Amino acid sequence: MAWLVVRLAISVSLLYTASAVFEDQVGKFDWRQQFIGKVRFALFDTHSQASKKLLVATDKNVFASLNSRTGDLFWRHVDKIGPEGHIDALLMYGQDAVVVTGNGRLLRSWETTVGGLKWETVLDTGSFQAAALVGVQDFVKYVAVLKKSAISLHDLSSGSQIWVENLPDSDTVQYQTIYSGGNGLVFVFGVVPNSHIVIVEYKIEDGEIMRKKSVEAAWMSSLESSCTVISSGILLCVDQITQSLYTLQLQSAEQTEIRQIHLQTLDLEVASGFQPVLTSTQPNPAQPPLSEFFLQLSPDHHILLQLKDGLIAPLRDFNPSYLAAFATSGERTVAAVMSPKNDTACSINLFSADTGRRHLDTTIIYHMDPNGGKPNRLYVHAFLKKDDSVGYRVMVQTEDLTLTFLQQPGRVVWVREEALADVVTMEMVDLPFTGTQAELEGEFGKKAAIQDGLLPMVLKRLSSQFILLQAWLAHLWKLFYDARKPRSSVKNEVTIDTLSRDEFNLQKMMVMVTASGKLFGIDSKSGTILWKQYLENIQPDSVFKLIVQRTTAHFPHPPQCTLLIKNKDTGLGNLYVFNPIFGKKSQISVPALPRPVLQTLLLPVIDQDYAKVLLLIDDQYKVTAFPSTKNVLQQLQDTASSIFFYLVDSSQGKLSGFRLRKDLSTELIWEVVIPTEVQKIVAIKGKRANEHVHSQGRVMGDRSVLYKYLNPNLLAVITESTDTHQERSFVGIFLIDGVTGRIVHEAVQRKARGPVHFVHSENWMVYVYWNSKFRRNEFSVLELFEGAELYNSTVFSSLDRPHPPQVLQQSYIFPAPISTLEATLTEKGITSRHLLVGLPSGNILSLPKMFLDPRRPEVVSEQSREENLIPYAPEMPIREEWFINYNQTVSRIRGIHTAPSGLESTCLVVAYGLDIYQTRVFPSKQFDVLKDDYDYVLISSVLFGLFFATMISKRLAEVKLLNRAWR
Amino acid sequence: MATMRVLSLILSVLSSVTLLWTQSGECNNGRRSGEAVDTDFSGFSVPLEHSFEVDDVPRFSLRGVLQFRGGREHGVYLAQNQLSEKDRNTLKDVAAVDGLYRIRVPRVSLQADRQTERQAEGYLTTFVRACSLVESHLSDVITLHTDVSGCVVGVSIVTIPGSCRGIEVEDEVDLEVFNTTISVVAPVTAPVPETAPYIERMEQEMEKKGKNPQEQKSFFAKYWYLILGGAVFLMATSSAQTPPGGAREQS
Repeated sequence: MAWLVVRLAISVSLLYTASAVFEDQVGKFDWRQQFIGKVRFALFDTHSQASKKLLVATDKNVFASLNSRTGDLFWRHVDKIGPEGHIDALLMYGQDAVVVTGNGRLLRSWETTVGGLKWETVLDTGSFQAAALVGVQDFVKYVAVLKKSAISLHDLSSGSQIWVENLPDSDTVQYQTIYSGGNGLVFVFGVVPNSHIVIVEYKIEDGEIMRKKSVEAAWMSSLESSCTVISSGILLCVDQITQSLYTLQLQSAEQTEIRQIHLQTLDLEVASGFQPVLTSTQPNPAQPPLSEFFLQLSPDHHILLQLKDGLIAPLRDFNPSYLAAFATSGERTVAAVMSPKNDTACSINLFSADTGRRHLDTTIIYHMDPNGGKPNRLYVHAFLKKDDSVGYRVMVQTEDLTLTFLQQPGRVVWVREEALADVVTMEMVDLPFTGTQAELEGEFGKKAAIQDGLLPMVLKRLSSQFILLQAWLAHLWKLFYDARKPRSSVKNEVTIDTLSRDEFNLQKMMVMVTASGKLFGIDSKSGTILWKQYLENIQPDSVFKLIVQRTTAHFPHPPQCTLLIKNKDTGLGNLYVFNPIFGKKSQISVPALPRPVLQTLLLPVIDQDYAKVLLLIDDQYKVTAFPSTKNVLQQLQDTASSIFFYLVDSSQGKLSGFRLRKDLSTELIWEVVIPTEVQKIVAIKGKRANEHVHSQGRVMGDRSVLYKYLNPNLLAVITESTDTHQERSFVGIFLIDGVTGRIVHEAVQRKARGPVHFVHSENWMVYVYWNSKFRRNEFSVLELFEGAELYNSTVFSSLDRPHPPQVLQQSYIFPAPISTLEATLTEKGITSRHLLVGLPSGNILSLPKMFLDPRRPEVVSEQSREENLIPYAPEMPIREEWFINYNQTVSRIRGIHTAPSGLESTCLVVAYGLDIYQTRVFPSKQFDVLKDDYDYVLISSVLFGLFFATMISKRLAEVKLLNRAWR
Repeated sequence: MATMRVLSLILSVLSSVTLLWTQSGECNNGRRSGEAVDTDFSGFSVPLEHSFEVDDVPRFSLRGVLQFRGGREHGVYLAQNQLSEKDRNTLKDVAAVDGLYRIRVPRVSLQADRQTERQAEGYLTTFVRACSLVESHLSDVITLHTDVSGCVVGVSIVTIPGSCRGIEVEDEVDLEVFNTTISVVAPVTAPVPETAPYIERMEQEMEKKGKNPQEQKSFFAKYWYLILGGAVFLMATSSAQTPPGGAREQS
């Protein structure tokens, strides 16, 4: 019987927390965007004229097919992270795409229409050098893979290995490239730097070495960047130091001398310090390449050259020109060249490759985004028009990883912002009020208004009422106007001008910072990119910290965000201040930071413009305030003795606390040293500043209250043991007060290993670790309580809280690996909390905090039932309906950002990784919102009906009374 | 000056001692680890220093000596000096300007096999507001936290009560002797998921179920009367509905 009750209790509690999306709610308040990353290889499917496929392989180890008409993904394959999934080469022939991954570990062939794997071969070990398609008698049949010490040939239709041969003298010769011209031979080029070139010739049928020759080339250091094969088997190299081109006939046995052609004889010169680049084209792998090639002499100078009868002649000089590329359609090969037009635009023109003549009416104007980067890659898709002329489309990749697809005469077909595949940090900012709302706000908000006197106040009031009336009429007119139009043509697009806060503040501005240094402002409701800003000269491994200094609440002051960009190696940082709604750089003068920044601190102190004060602590423990007006400095002096901050030096295991002095210097006040020989600090987290806790305690079964230990200064420090043996490894958890340095709690999770993910909030902390003994993931929850009595219920001070808190802890098995962990956040903290667990499968699990409660009893009692505690079960359940993103998985989920909305029940969630997913969650269901299918008609008709019924019955009763009185 | 004092000359006050491997109190299932810390050394001592200056520049002087006892349970005693008149006055002055009272201990390891390299360079420092120390009449609680290997990683000091209300401490005697509670706290072993008791409990439930024949009955066996009743009721209602149709036919 008791068991039944328990089960009932569980099922009731589950019913309470169960939250899943209904089918008709899909996509209503959530959206997902999929990305691929920085494109390394892109190939257009030229197999058929009508093909829309664009195959791309990226630095995020993604291999995908894009629809070249819309920019959408046809399919996408996400490989392993790191060098294991690195895509080395992408080759395409007909319907097949051949990909070499993992530094030459795997050779795969994909069917390009649906993205199915045709075959996969595991290659021999050895670092990958090059791969090429090999054709025999006009048919491409094989693919050759060159490793450091071996070459192998594989059948293109089955992947089976035809032969593999060791390369001669591979310990001294660096073999780098491979070439086949369709004449039954495969050439392998190697180089001994500053000595000679080695050319080995293999027979395709059996891998027999036909010929091996070495040619003196003392000037050569690397083949890959400076050599190419043109015409019918002529190796062409360029060297910057000797300012020469070199040619070598591959198939003639006689020529063992490389021919030198001085660039001077062609009236050319390579810009100093620039490594010249040769670009040739081989339209069909079964046939030799063309005899025309591009030579890039400086970053903005290309020249089209031709080799004819052993002589090199310039066909056309492109000066200035940023990018150049060949493209082939049918029998015709063209060259597209991008040249600067003016400051904001470039023009792309098409030239015929064999003559260098310009095709008429082929100009595409490419407008450069003033907030973007320079173009750095050009991919051309040429096709034959009906009148047999060559048409083309281009895809331009810029430094800020924007892919723009253009067609004649400069129409942008689509744009993809691939920088968003690597979001580092983000914030959600409230949208501003509309003009009318702001007007009202302005009327009551300004302090000056009080001094205005009565009459001006009345006038002001009337004027603002008038404005409201006007706005309302305009709104009505718009409704009326829209109603007459067919529904489809009513546009509801979000633009930066129509941005305004909605009734419940559910729509926010997502400010996203990406690793490439591009900032985005995205509308959270639709996912539309409203502004973007590329910050140039960002080091590739910079650390970003985004701080909201002023929210939208202080009209007429614009909201203000500050981005601290810090160089990982030097620690030197600089600040970028901008308006998060419009993305415009702020005109506020920013303090120079000549010394490395160790720590930042956002104070609740505000200046006269309502911007919160940001303190930056440098490596000499000097403090810089931003903004640093007189007012701020005065306030800082007054409150200096209550401003504390902490620093962490994980290399020495040192945590130290400092206090601010009146002269903005600091003094060391506490020090905790965790010896690095035993354990190292891996992570440290405080609590979120915008978190509200509604209840101070928990009501127990016997109606007494257990008070929470709500220390806002508490830091959770996670350490991992240096000993990684599975029996001796451990994870350490320190809860340290950030003001006094007091270790509030210290626990050791034995036989545990990282990576540790954790959430620190309210009076609890949840962490996930790997149990190395049982080989499973485990959750552990720590809760801190003051006990049955509060020491000081009015205010919390770290300096005056002498009694240590009671710590409760419980652990659970979690039957899945974890990528990231975050907790929901709501406006007032009344709603129950959920944990959002990002799984490597791409799902986001919304796990009720109720399941992670250290007070879950082992044996059910009357009191625990009263308290609604779920009996302890060692395994944490995973229910499919708890996945908040149903089938919209987020690849390689790296972080989850939660933000409160204006509705207490609703929390906004953004998950980012390779993809971005935005949704809303309702941890305690939508208790403050009417359901979507709420029957307004019924309830109002019942109300009206009752109203009229009472009216009529009242009348009838009166008549009856009157009649009775007459009787 | 405080530094000129000689330890042997002063009256040592042995203050209270206790509490090791601190009870994690109400911690639900914080089972203590059985890992024994096998130590058999005969104790050692380190200085406990304090500093309280009106100009807030720390100048540490000796407050007492921490004596560690070896063995499985780290015992610690604190032998400390009385405050001199001058110190008392300084402390009151510091309290008046809301200065800090700091203490520090050197980084030491309490583990036996580390005796040779017991003392790492550097100190662990912490502080308490001087006024709260004065107002609590020098009653403080000092806690030394060690890591798993027995190395002291942090020190904390609190006074009881911890507040500063601005109460004047008139009696000089109240500020002479420290009333200190000192303890060493080692990390608590965090609990692991408890599968064994859970399985045991489940088995017990199953057993109980097996014993109770009522529970073992099938659904039909248990509720046959309800099903039968329902079926009869359904039949009755359906047969009751047919007459009107029949009646209409007759008419």
